[in-house]
Amino acid sequence: MENHIIDVRNLSKQYPSGFQALKQVNLQIKRGEIFALLGPNGAGKTTLISIICGLVNVGEGQVLVGGYDVVKQYRQARKQIGLVPQELAIDVFAFVWDTMVFSRGVFGKPRDDAYLEEILRALSLWDKRRAKIQFLSGGMKRRVLIAKALAHEPEVLFLDEPTAGVDVELRRDMWRLVEKLRQRGTTIILTTHYIEEAEEIADRIGIINHGEILLVDNKQDLMKKLGRKQLILQLQHPITQLPGELNGFVLHIGQDGKTLTYDYVDNQPTNHVTEVLAAIHRSGIELSDVQTKQSTLEQIFVSLLEESK
Amino acid sequence: MNWYAIKAIYLSELHRSWRTPLQSIASPVLSTSLYFIVFGSAIGSAMTEIGGVSYGAFIIPGLIMLMVLTETTSNASFGIYMPKWSGAIYEVLSAPVSAFEIVVGYVGAAATKSIILAMLILLTAKLFVDYSILHPLWMMLFLVLTCITFSMLGFILGVVADGFEKLQVIPLMVVTPLAFLGGTFYSISMLPEFWQKVTLFNPVVYLVSGFRWSFYGTADVSLTFSLMMITAFLIMFMMFIWWIFKTGYKVKV
Repeated sequence: MENHIIDVRNLSKQYPSGFQALKQVNLQIKRGEIFALLGPNGAGKTTLISIICGLVNVGEGQVLVGGYDVVKQYRQARKQIGLVPQELAIDVFAFVWDTMVFSRGVFGKPRDDAYLEEILRALSLWDKRRAKIQFLSGGMKRRVLIAKALAHEPEVLFLDEPTAGVDVELRRDMWRLVEKLRQRGTTIILTTHYIEEAEEIADRIGIINHGEILLVDNKQDLMKKLGRKQLILQLQHPITQLPGELNGFVLHIGQDGKTLTYDYVDNQPTNHVTEVLAAIHRSGIELSDVQTKQSTLEQIFVSLLEESK
Repeated sequence: MNWYAIKAIYLSELHRSWRTPLQSIASPVLSTSLYFIVFGSAIGSAMTEIGGVSYGAFIIPGLIMLMVLTETTSNASFGIYMPKWSGAIYEVLSAPVSAFEIVVGYVGAAATKSIILAMLILLTAKLFVDYSILHPLWMMLFLVLTCITFSMLGFILGVVADGFEKLQVIPLMVVTPLAFLGGTFYSISMLPEFWQKVTLFNPVVYLVSGFRWSFYGTADVSLTFSLMMITAFLIMFMMFIWWIFKTGYKVKV
């Protein structure tokens, strides 16, 4: 069995308008992982997903899904994919159950009512199975789209901005389902604007901008490598200026004079946390609390995008 | 061959019609009844027989063709245009199905609906006029070929159209006038000689003529020519659909 469920090799795509959506993209997604693809609007996320799923023609390069070429062996490749699109693209006049039966059939699977029931129950849709989709709320319609994407038991599930405009309850249900799918071995690839979501559930993160993959890394490693840390010291008595012992260190005094902040990068030679704490001790400043804070993925993301400009 | 996919598309398209029975079935049956009342009974009673057939009976094949051509074209075009318009087409395009299977599903369903419609009209006609079918097998052959051919035309229109107005242009502005002028309500021998020649450029003449022959054994043009014409249309539309999927025209970028 291929270790990489998705293998994108030197993929470029130029639209007839001349817009270069992807430039020499290389990306490997491991079987069973949750991969988050982050990027601003127009970065190329949807084009990349659409090419893998067969909705947009490949420009140059090659895409393999489970070892099958998405062009030459499209049947084997597409069978493994489930796609939840960004838009609520659905036949609103159809009934929930009928649309599920359709989705399973069109992906070449024999009807399996028990499995479809399981999916609908997992997404709290079972009670709505006889409902016409047009009468469902936006959140419910999105659940139906997810259920449809899972109807043929795909190996890999694409969620294109799945939580845009979705309420907290659905978001929670969705992540619960994602976790369940991961336990079954389903690979999940999601694009999102909610970076904290990627931070919460993804194993690996890829950042894309202007059609180029800027970096792909394990979430932990990424945050370790690129994440900045802050040492925050709460003082018992306010100060207005730094004592002489702390000269040579870049420390910021808080507005109330009762906090000192020191920025550093973990595992770097510029990390002088020990020296700072020793100097504080020498200066006689009394501390009431010590805290460290790690920069969020969002801060890393923004700084990477700024660097790429 | 992905039979499950063909079945899924086919059945879902048929379900779509059952969801709107008034539009799909009642409306064409009602309009056909009106044609029979006005042309068959009211005007027809004042008309002489054409080729030994009463006027009421004479117009049956023409009326079926008129309804089948217009309904099939608009129905099939709607079937593919709606998912394109709503974006729901992404599912079929990302599924492990070939272009051929997609076409079989959509066109097969549209053609089936048209055949059912033709049968309903035939039954409705029985309420108004007495008629018999001389060559029922030929009648079915002509009907099936016409339904498939014009379902393909509808499919093409649905793929090419980029707005609801454009979707209606061909069925309303081309198919309906051609069907009306294709000998639906008259034999082309009733026209002045010049118009008889002009009318031969109307492809529908051959469809109506062949179909009417299967009912009463009389035709405006030869049976072979009618068959050749319908086959030519079938092949032409097939080639066009093949080209659409080969190039991704209006389907994929």
